[in-house]
Amino acid sequence: MIAILTGLGRWVLGKLARLGRANLFLLSLLGALTFLFKRPSLLIRQLYAVGVLSLPIILVSGLFVGMVLGLQGYANLVDFGATASLGTVVALSLIRELGPVLTALLYAGRAGSALTAEIGLMKATEQLASMQMMAVDPFPRVLAPRFLAGCLAVPILTGIFTAVGILGGYFVAVMQLGVDGGAFWAQMQAKVLLFEDIVNGVIIKSFVFGVLANWIALFEGYEALPTSEGVSLATTRTVVITSLAILGWDFLLTALMFGVW
Amino acid sequence: MFATVSPVETTWPDDAPLVSVRDLSFRRGDRMIFNDLNLQIRRGQVTAIMGPSGTGKTTLLHLIGGQIRPEAGRIEVDGRCVHELNRQELYRLRQRMGVLFQSGALFTDLSVFDNVAFPLREHTRLSERLIRTLALMKLEAVGLRGARDLMPAQLSGGMARRVALARAIALDPMMMLYDEPFAGQDPISMGVLVKLIRTLNDALGLTSIIVSHDVKETAAIADYLYLISEGRVVEHGTPEELHHSPSAWVDQFMHARPDGPMSFHYAAPPYADDLLSRDAG
Amino acid sequence: MRQKNLELMVGVFVALGLAAFLLLALKVSDLTRIGENDGYRIMAHFENIGGLKVRAPVTLGGVRIGRVISIDLDSQSYEAVVTMSIDPRYDRLPTDSSASILTSGLLGEQYVGLEPGGMDSYLSNGSVLKLTQSALVLEKLIGRVLTNTASGDTPPK
Repeated sequence: MIAILTGLGRWVLGKLARLGRANLFLLSLLGALTFLFKRPSLLIRQLYAVGVLSLPIILVSGLFVGMVLGLQGYANLVDFGATASLGTVVALSLIRELGPVLTALLYAGRAGSALTAEIGLMKATEQLASMQMMAVDPFPRVLAPRFLAGCLAVPILTGIFTAVGILGGYFVAVMQLGVDGGAFWAQMQAKVLLFEDIVNGVIIKSFVFGVLANWIALFEGYEALPTSEGVSLATTRTVVITSLAILGWDFLLTALMFGVW
Repeated sequence: MFATVSPVETTWPDDAPLVSVRDLSFRRGDRMIFNDLNLQIRRGQVTAIMGPSGTGKTTLLHLIGGQIRPEAGRIEVDGRCVHELNRQELYRLRQRMGVLFQSGALFTDLSVFDNVAFPLREHTRLSERLIRTLALMKLEAVGLRGARDLMPAQLSGGMARRVALARAIALDPMMMLYDEPFAGQDPISMGVLVKLIRTLNDALGLTSIIVSHDVKETAAIADYLYLISEGRVVEHGTPEELHHSPSAWVDQFMHARPDGPMSFHYAAPPYADDLLSRDAG
Repeated sequence: MRQKNLELMVGVFVALGLAAFLLLALKVSDLTRIGENDGYRIMAHFENIGGLKVRAPVTLGGVRIGRVISIDLDSQSYEAVVTMSIDPRYDRLPTDSSASILTSGLLGEQYVGLEPGGMDSYLSNGSVLKLTQSALVLEKLIGRVLTNTASGDTPPK
């Protein structure tokens, strides 16, 4: 009994200590951001790595999710003769939920895991240590550019995902299923609000997700045991923890933004 | 066990040592790594710190570089206590230290040239022209000027280590720390490294510390040797002195004999008892 | 040269992002009618608002002229107070206009429909509509039909 309680206590304390380190890590990251004003070229390189290289998966996924939404929405709405609301259905579900959440999940799998592996390997191959020994702080030089680039890339990717998704829905609904194109856009415009929906969903939500995804990815890489096993474990943890964190925060943010109590 | 171990003597040369470690204690978890370790590194010399694997030789380099803090004792580099410096002072001191890591630790996303230019770009405001000249000079010194456009992944282990060496001397440091520079090298690149370490030390007026367990190569270039085991200095002296040391332990280590005071067998119950023992597991 | 390519790709990436946001703002959202919140506010008391929600449209003759911005309960009269924001372009609504809560289609959402009156004075910020008709609540409707048939009257045609 005592042993179980001791084990539980040790586990909780361990988790708390890790959480504390994660928060200190975030503070150091934020503190190091100002360095990027001096070296914007570092940011460009990372924007390429996490943003441009994530584009293909985002474009393809966005298109297909939008097309599926169009098909499914049509199949349900056609029974009520309400296919004119298809635009609204596609746009609102993409803008409020699917766009930010799916983009963040895809990002965690595509870019977040790569970030963890990169930082973990830099640690395992003593690149971070050698940088420190060359009197170069890896926080501004290595971690902060990746963090900021990721936080900027996720909202941009979300915007692209959502826009492509709506176009995909339009393609299926209007071109394939014969929904009236005018009604598609008009109903959408009547229901989608710039600030309540687009700013909240596509910009604020996705920015929060971006901070979460990149923070977790970099922290896991930085904390990874410097062995190949440690790095692979950290990569897996990044994807799992990021996905859970995103879904949890999504519920919280949705309740705050669109909640009807 | 080490009946003939001589206590650390205090016959230091008159000129102040560049690095002095006094009464250093350090533990990792429950394991004592260093226990009252004392050693002095003289300026201009190549000093080797040797010992069996797992004696914390690399940890010692981390301590000298200020990456970890000792539990007790003092480490002074050029008259300044490393672990009492604030961050800025420590970073300024590190700019005068070059470290060659065991893995080379080249930045995998930069080319050979950019790796060597990295410290120059970070710490100086030289023009790109001048940086190019300096980086090419350092690469020439290690014989790899022609490999400047390769990426680290395209280099062999020995070449990577030489590039890392060129990077470490880019800022013309006052001292060089080598972490197992000969480990896992083929005989030719080993010979190249041995020669490089010695010539760089003399040509650039460096002070070098080599941490290694490759006795032959290390003894060939070192001016002074420290043998550490179980957290303390077991013996020290010139290679010549150590080769003829009366200590059985030193003799075993220096001549790489498989058995001796340092037992071949890990502590175990008597062999026969163990084999005849009934309780399996 | 490599740095140049990198910058180009990142530039394309950011431009794509901007284009996406422009599409969302101009084509998808109500940016074109963003002034609505700046309209003047009128209130109406309803006995029962049914399923009316904040942001529901306010129409007159089928034309959308504003939207519901808040729904509260008057704690004295126990009536629902619906505050609407009306586009300032439609500033000549008679004060005796009436408001009813209607449903678009059989399963559609509920909205507020205004019926113009005949007075010469016009609604302005803070006006309260006197004549209102509550939402049709299905249970009450059925209940009325049942009592009518039980008392022997002919059900309303």
